[in-house]
Amino acid sequence: MGSTNSTLSRIPNVEELMQETGFTPAHIVRLYDRFEALDKEKTGHLRPQDFGAINRLAMNPIGDRIIGSFFSTGQETVDFHSFVRILAHFRPADKNRPKDPSMPQPVNSRTSKLKFAFQLYDQDKDGKISRAELLQVLRSMLEMQVTEEQLESIADRTIQEADLDKDDAISFEEFRKSLEKVNIDHKMSIRFLR
Amino acid sequence: AQPLSEWAFTRHRLYFLTIGLVLLNLPCGSYTEIPPKPPGTVTVLPPVTPAEGPQAFPDAENSNLPVFTMNYARIQVPFEVTLWVLLASFAKIGFHVYHKITFWVPESCLLISIGLMVGAIMHSVHEEPPAVLSYNVFFLFMLPPIVLESGYFIPTRPFFENVGTVLWFAVVGTLWNSIGIGMSLYAVCQIEAFEVQDINLQENMLFAAIISAVDPVAVLSVFEDVSVNEQLYIVVFGECLFNDAVTVVLYNMFNFVAEMPEVEPVDVFLGVARFFVVGLGGMGFGVIFGFVASFTTRFTSNVREIEPLFIFMYSYLAYLVAELFSISSIMAIVTCALTMKYYVEENVSQRSCTTIRHVVKMLGTISETLIFFFLGVVTITTEHEWNWGYIMFTLLLALVWRGLGVLVLTQIINPFRTIPFNFKDQFILGYGGLRGAISFALVFTLPDSIGRKKLFVTTTICMIMFTVFIQGISIRPLIEFINVRRTNRNLETINVEIHSRLIEHTIAGVEDLCGQWSHYYWKDKFLKFNNRILRKILIRDNRAESSIVALYKKLELQNAMEILDTVSGDINAGSSIVSLQYVYPLSHSSACFLSLSLSLSRSLSLACSLSLACSLSLSFSLSLLLAFSLSLSLSLSLSLSVSFCGLVTLSVSLSLCPPGCLSYTSFHIVHPSSLTHYPFNLNRSDGYLRNPEGFGLGSIYQG
Repeated sequence: MGSTNSTLSRIPNVEELMQETGFTPAHIVRLYDRFEALDKEKTGHLRPQDFGAINRLAMNPIGDRIIGSFFSTGQETVDFHSFVRILAHFRPADKNRPKDPSMPQPVNSRTSKLKFAFQLYDQDKDGKISRAELLQVLRSMLEMQVTEEQLESIADRTIQEADLDKDDAISFEEFRKSLEKVNIDHKMSIRFLR
Repeated sequence: AQPLSEWAFTRHRLYFLTIGLVLLNLPCGSYTEIPPKPPGTVTVLPPVTPAEGPQAFPDAENSNLPVFTMNYARIQVPFEVTLWVLLASFAKIGFHVYHKITFWVPESCLLISIGLMVGAIMHSVHEEPPAVLSYNVFFLFMLPPIVLESGYFIPTRPFFENVGTVLWFAVVGTLWNSIGIGMSLYAVCQIEAFEVQDINLQENMLFAAIISAVDPVAVLSVFEDVSVNEQLYIVVFGECLFNDAVTVVLYNMFNFVAEMPEVEPVDVFLGVARFFVVGLGGMGFGVIFGFVASFTTRFTSNVREIEPLFIFMYSYLAYLVAELFSISSIMAIVTCALTMKYYVEENVSQRSCTTIRHVVKMLGTISETLIFFFLGVVTITTEHEWNWGYIMFTLLLALVWRGLGVLVLTQIINPFRTIPFNFKDQFILGYGGLRGAISFALVFTLPDSIGRKKLFVTTTICMIMFTVFIQGISIRPLIEFINVRRTNRNLETINVEIHSRLIEHTIAGVEDLCGQWSHYYWKDKFLKFNNRILRKILIRDNRAESSIVALYKKLELQNAMEILDTVSGDINAGSSIVSLQYVYPLSHSSACFLSLSLSLSRSLSLACSLSLACSLSLSFSLSLLLAFSLSLSLSLSLSLSVSFCGLVTLSVSLSLCPPGCLSYTSFHIVHPSSLTHYPFNLNRSDGYLRNPEGFGLGSIYQG
């Protein structure tokens, strides 16, 4: 495991990172290798173009939103820590975690995962998914199959189903409620990040 | 609640009918084969005992024209088949008279009990029951409908996500069980006290191969009513269907070997090779027939009435061809149904789709009913040989080995799963390993050269009874007691669908980001292949449809039908807001069209729209005119709709909506037939619409 240790030592604050995200050293190393592979110009930061170079991601209907979620507001680059922090959302949840309400929710808890998904919709970060935002997502996912009117119908039905306080937008609580019966941990986990 | 007298009357009537039917069956005499007719096949019946011409009353010396004649021998076989089927079905009706029974006791147990009673009656009058569980009748006629039904209604998305686990348990699990049980039984046989020392190793292994396979019929009838979580369900379900390959190979192998004096190592190697031939061959045949069936349905737009026939013919053909080559026929028919369903449901008309689903379910249910029923009957009427030691040990060993097997195998496969199985799941997985009629049919047809055949038959029956009764009845309370993760089957909201899609895209994207792929990669690759090549060949009107849109249409239609059900009487009497915004044809070429519109009004508005709906029906397709509206608060509307010969409909509507009301969906399907008797049943989640999931993949990438 010599190379692991040597790679680990190159990463600043790696202990804190592992503590915060729950990744094992092996994972951190693997992610670091991937980070370096993406970072073609070796600046130690990733820019949107680097993400765009991944072909299949570029073809993903919501690829640009996913990429955008890595960059917090105002920032133009992503360093390794942020990279890992975002990816930590997709770890399967730890079953044995004691439920301590005073401690902040870990990054891969159900609530955090839901927040991540919510934020993919809510681009202007006002805490609500407005009709327009929903329409945008639907448009990109359904692209060429439906007409504009149908999209609007679908969006209307969606909002109507979920919107409990009748403000024509879906808040985070309403979002969470509509997904209460879904096993988010299963759907939003990537196995090899365990 | 029915008045007591009425209920008592129904019950008495039912018993009377049942007893009457049984008595009718008695003077039938004994015979060897009654093949129940599967749809469409031509059954060549053996020529019935010759009575040339009708037998006349009165006596034949009278040369006058006989007025009343009776020829029983001619109709004997079909008549008896029908009576038996009716009897079993009446039993099924009878169970549901008292609800509580069916909740706690699975139907399989009840049917076996009734079968036992009937068997007792038959035995006491020394009649032979029909040989329904003989090898040919069972495997050629009774089993295919059930397996077709299971294969057709497999939830495809969870299945493909768990296919590795399913195959792991099916193949390795069954092997483990067989070898373990066989070896231990051989060891038990060595104990002198049980007097079974004459059973050698090969015979023990053969017997173990027969009883170690989990039976699809029994498992499905129990697990259907109990809603365990989806992962567990699909693994149990998949395992019992796919272990057939292993069972076939082991059975043939040990059968072959039991007749030979010694085994060479090369035979073991050949056995492994045979397993691959059997398994992959079965799947291969299934896929080929599935594709051929899909391709055929592409051209059936002018022969809508016989469209369902193709499904049944092709799947049955896949089964028979697999039987021809002695490869796994169950796997063939299951993969055929899996492959076929997705493409065929896009090609055929809505009615054919409904018909197919309904007939598949009906045939499956009849078969299952008959099988359990006759299990009961045959239990009484076969000759038994009882041996306490052997039987008890078999039961014990089967449980032990299954439990061990599940534990060990889960430990190995859990790291590869996204949701690992916890101990509760494992317990149910092990406990749910019911044996059933397949084991019985196999043991019944063991060659008579095996000395202890009767003992094997008795042991198998005990095994089946034990698992079906004890495990079957207790599994529901156990599941509640240990609080296994349950599933909630009512997940169909448009929100869930949209968000699930989003999450799937996200996961796919993040996986690309990490440079690691899991099954989403293969899913995507397959989808691309599917969209580019397969759909163009196999589907007539190739229009990719996302599962979101499909689910939306389905939900809208459900709402429409619900409204229809609550509005009694003449449909035109209801207020309707008819606004037609967009018309697009469904994905089949008959011009039945579905149009939806949704208008949300937030202020006082006057909605006036003129809509002209034209539909031309090209061939047999009929279209349904259904215009209605749902308004959630007070609204006034006037509508006028005129239809010309059911073909052209013109409707004008004017509506006033006060502030804040939602004038909701308006819905058109043009059909000239009567609306009040439209047989829609919305309570079933699979409904009468095409499954919006298809392979459950929708279309992930359009690019």
